[in-house]
Amino acid sequence: MIEVQDIRYSYPNKVEALKGVSIKIEDGEFVAIMGQNGAGKSTLVKHFNGLLKPSQGKVLIDGVETTKSSVAALARNVGFVFQNPDHQLFSESVEEEIAFALKNFGFKPEIIEDRVTWALNLLSLTKYRKTSPFLLSGGERKRVALASVLAWNPSTLILDEPTIGQDHEQKEKLRQFIIQMQTQKKTVVTVTHDVEFVAECNPRVILMKEGKIVADGEGKEILTDPALLELSSIVLPQIAQIFSKLASLGFPKDVIDIYEAKAIILKVMEEC
Amino acid sequence: MSVFDGLRFRKVSSPIHNLDPRIKFVYVIGIFVVAILFYQIIPLLILFFMQIPFVLLARVQRQWLRSLRGAAFLAIFIFVVNAGTTYFTSGYNLTAPNIENAAAMTLRFVVLVESFSVFFLTTSPDHLGLALEESRVPYEFAFAFTTAVRFVPVLAEEAQTIMDAQKARGLELEKGNLLKRIRNYVPVLIPLIVSAIRRSLELAEAMESRAWGATKKRTNLYLLTFRKGDYALLMITIAILTISVYIRFFGSAVPTITSFL
Repeated sequence: MIEVQDIRYSYPNKVEALKGVSIKIEDGEFVAIMGQNGAGKSTLVKHFNGLLKPSQGKVLIDGVETTKSSVAALARNVGFVFQNPDHQLFSESVEEEIAFALKNFGFKPEIIEDRVTWALNLLSLTKYRKTSPFLLSGGERKRVALASVLAWNPSTLILDEPTIGQDHEQKEKLRQFIIQMQTQKKTVVTVTHDVEFVAECNPRVILMKEGKIVADGEGKEILTDPALLELSSIVLPQIAQIFSKLASLGFPKDVIDIYEAKAIILKVMEEC
Repeated sequence: MSVFDGLRFRKVSSPIHNLDPRIKFVYVIGIFVVAILFYQIIPLLILFFMQIPFVLLARVQRQWLRSLRGAAFLAIFIFVVNAGTTYFTSGYNLTAPNIENAAAMTLRFVVLVESFSVFFLTTSPDHLGLALEESRVPYEFAFAFTTAVRFVPVLAEEAQTIMDAQKARGLELEKGNLLKRIRNYVPVLIPLIVSAIRRSLELAEAMESRAWGATKKRTNLYLLTFRKGDYALLMITIAILTISVYIRFFGSAVPTITSFL
């Protein structure tokens, strides 16, 4: 469980990025943190594995205060996948890249072998096992970065902009994977600008603006509130846009799911 | 990264910022030469304090202090090595003149750092490029130089992100003996170098698509001209150099602090 208690954080250049943030994320929750650039999203999630320590307030991971633990110890349970894969790839082969963290955490060689095979398979990277990560395409490098974190099976996963540069098929795989994580009672926190992806997944949405949380609730509620979204320069998901334009005809406004939309439209058509 | 911070230019207007970069560079080189000429602590102390009015006039004292703090590690290293070698070579005997000598060597380094820091803190990369160009340096080289200066803070920030990303994968930079610690930096250095190369290729493409090098004769929006302040600084530099050379080669021996005691 992640508990954030009224934290403030200022960067060394005196910019205050977080101005009193409190949230609680239970085990097995799927949370999307959204908001415009510079809202403090990345700063907030960097507190979850101790990369940043709050200037004021407390962050507790499973009851342990982050200031009392090292990043390496926290990272064992909280996996963090950075936005740009080029900021972490350095090994000669994809296989070694994935094994890097496992070695750091002191796994046994035969377990490392198993976990690497598992992670490669999960992200359809098996054929690149011996390839240099630098020879892969942008989307593939992003998957290697993800695999290198998933390999140690952390109980919480933080994804910074996971959908950038991924084609639709890979996004769908990512969505399936997040659902699978949830069934295993694992926490997933994602920072994203991808409204459509969030609408498809329908997680809990936390909306940030200028270092504060402006809204926290179900995706269905927040992503269909035009006033709230405009505040954070986010556009409504396309389905919500259609339904809000049809509201005068008696359609409900709070629809973001494609299947729900289809059911409502079919029902109206039958009534006609 | 604080050493880089001390070299990072911030756009403000002050009498020092508005000086011609060529003259400022001549001044820095002048200080450099004088610092090398003397190995006694008193002239070096004078040199050190002479920079302070410039720093205050340019209102960069905070960044300047940060660059000095960044240089502190190396300064201590220089002091220890100097004092250490004289200690061992003079038969395990640490005398006051020896310590003063080590302090002077350290101060020489500090003077070099502080004058270069003032120069880079008060000179925009644009002006620097312009100065190089007008000193007949081929534009390609001037451009490469200014780009390198401009990308230092970008690289420093990137290095921080990479360190964060690797720490998030369980890398402990401070773990193990010296050799292990150096090896710990491999996962940071490789992504940094690769991304710098990738960035430079992208920059080259972006520049070519904006017609870089299309004409042989480029014109500039701003031109450098000498003004009163520039002539004044040039005079100061010449005066310092003349006096120093005179004292060093024709004057009597420069006194040391220990000789007064």
